[in-house]
Amino acid sequence: MSARDTVLATIRSSLGVTGSETPRRTAIEARLSLHPRGVVPKRGDRPAPSRMKLFQTMVEGAHGTTVELASPERVPAAVADYLRSKNLPMAVRRGSDPRLDAIPWQNERALGVSSGHSDGSDLVSVSHALGAVAETGTLVLVSGPDNPTTLNFLPDHHLVVVDAKDIAGDYETVWDAIRARFGAGKMPRTVNWITGPSRSADIEQTHLLGAHGPRSLHVLIVGEP
Amino acid sequence: MTLRVTSPQFKENARRALADRQLQKALGNVEQNFIEKRRQVAAKLPEFDLLRDAARDLKDHTLAHLDLYLEAYERRVTAAGGQVHWAVTAEEACGVVLDICQRLGARLVTKGKSMISEEIGLNDFLLSHDIAAVETDLGEYIIQLRHEPPSHIIAPAVHLNKEQIEADFRRVHTGFPAERNLEEPTSLLAEARSVLREKFLAADVGITGANFLVAETGTSIIVTNEGNGDLTQTLPKAHIVLASVDKMVPTLEDVSLFLRLLARSATGQEMSVYTTFSTGPRRAGDPDGPGEYHVVILDNGRSAMLGGEFREMLRCIRCGACMNHCPVYHAVGGHAYGWVYPGPMGAVLTPSLVGIDKAGHLPNASMFCGRCEEVCPVRIPLPKLMRHWREREFERHLSPAAMRWGLGLWAAFARRPRLYRFATRIAMKMLSLLSLGFGRFRWLPFARGWTKYRNFPAPEGVTFQAAWKRREKKA
Ligand code: SF4
Repeated sequence: MSARDTVLATIRSSLGVTGSETPRRTAIEARLSLHPRGVVPKRGDRPAPSRMKLFQTMVEGAHGTTVELASPERVPAAVADYLRSKNLPMAVRRGSDPRLDAIPWQNERALGVSSGHSDGSDLVSVSHALGAVAETGTLVLVSGPDNPTTLNFLPDHHLVVVDAKDIAGDYETVWDAIRARFGAGKMPRTVNWITGPSRSADIEQTHLLGAHGPRSLHVLIVGEP
Repeated sequence: MTLRVTSPQFKENARRALADRQLQKALGNVEQNFIEKRRQVAAKLPEFDLLRDAARDLKDHTLAHLDLYLEAYERRVTAAGGQVHWAVTAEEACGVVLDICQRLGARLVTKGKSMISEEIGLNDFLLSHDIAAVETDLGEYIIQLRHEPPSHIIAPAVHLNKEQIEADFRRVHTGFPAERNLEEPTSLLAEARSVLREKFLAADVGITGANFLVAETGTSIIVTNEGNGDLTQTLPKAHIVLASVDKMVPTLEDVSLFLRLLARSATGQEMSVYTTFSTGPRRAGDPDGPGEYHVVILDNGRSAMLGGEFREMLRCIRCGACMNHCPVYHAVGGHAYGWVYPGPMGAVLTPSLVGIDKAGHLPNASMFCGRCEEVCPVRIPLPKLMRHWREREFERHLSPAAMRWGLGLWAAFARRPRLYRFATRIAMKMLSLLSLGFGRFRWLPFARGWTKYRNFPAPEGVTFQAAWKRREKKA
């Protein structure tokens, strides 16, 4: 018997089942295809403007920072402001997400913008989030040809652009958006939920930022909620 | 190759731990930090207890359909281009990992935190085949330098003070100037970050655990604060996930439920920093990500637990809240438990996985205060399960003869209420007289285990039964 068969057979004998009972099969197929929502906290269930405020409060509670921008045209100046405030060189690495491509980067002449994945030498990256969750101040990013995962983890500073209208109240809303985009039962290779910058408490339970991932996380919220 | 089990020496381990000043200082951090943070963050979420009920029910549903969910999960992983490997034992799991590493010619492996890896003793096994496995979670990295097992399931180095960590870094990181200042925790972190950055970029294979596996999509999930797991799994040629059968969760909605409970119960955070959902290897056109994606599903005794009185233990999501709130853990720390899983969850799980003959003392490492059950996010009745083990241990005649004799005698009395009342009344009188009015005993025959560490109070007044009777009459 293969290891697979042994494990499944032991489970079945422990449960006293054969594996071919119709009611059991129907039960799991229904759950997998209907994916019913469970208890969803009320916290995020509020009108869009207040949802955006909650998102900002929660990001800041997780030691991230946020800025509101009226339109995508404002992004390059906001990025340059951030770099100046931290005394960083005027260079960022970004993915080629169409929404990032559409930003008029050339407006900020001093800012050097390159695109592609990171090899570990970039200090600052800019990503575009698929959405965000107000409940806990969590950004949702998905991998793909235009969105390198390395940009989320290797640079010291991670700047994330998110459309204000994509800030949901709860995780369940974002799962529906992902199903709508990738299809039922399908996922992009990586979905990253990011809540604040990297940290560790492994030395005497002292909280320190910047463990292995970015030391700071800055969220640029674009447009009206 | 499993970790050496020192659980049979629990009593000696505990005695040593109680006398270890460094350890006692470090354990103070557990008590001070985790409890209050969890309390605050739970109080902020009015639905917290409802979520716990739902999580308990969902786990029970999943366990009752585990065979079918595992099959559905496997189909999805395969459809996404990944491979599922099954392992009945620790040895088989190690063998699967070794085969993948050898096929890829791997010399250096980076690792995210995985309790399964500790359970199967993977690092030593790989090393014996000339493959270096480097832990990248800061706590795991530190204990790896010290050749120690973790002392806590989410804070593996919680038993150490920063001076000890500094000494280890000076001993091992020889490429740095000797006169550098490492007094502050930030400088220790910065040094570990720079050392491990090189490992991330150089590794051939990345191995992580999984907090959950999602049947709906064939997804594995890791939850970290450092981002080490992500660098581990994104940069190398292959990503290997180690998971046990009980990590299964039906859908993305269902896993959201557990994620709402996990960080809050574990570290008192609203949400951990990085929650990463991985499905298959790098896709066509992806600029980064691992070329291969493997999941090793380990049983190691769990499927047998499904059929018995310890099934509820398989609901555990490894949050660590039970040990954070356990007075025995606070006193002796994690190493005393003698294997990879400490605290109340370890006291129940370890005998199931390594055998009651080796871990028989652990279910006794409890004051039955019930705090673990009060905080467990999936409402595992840990005290009840520990009691089951004690009963089993008794039945299997593993307890010392005196205990059997004592319990037998007690049972004989208990079946004869009149005799019991009479005997206890006499015994109390005797003890009261013998204490010569001091109210306590410094030494008693047959009770040295008690009087060695504390005085035994001499009974004052009447027996419990008599007092109870009087109360009932009054009411
Ligand atoms: S037994 Fe409960 S409290 Fe303890 S680690 Fe498991 S889930 Fe957490």
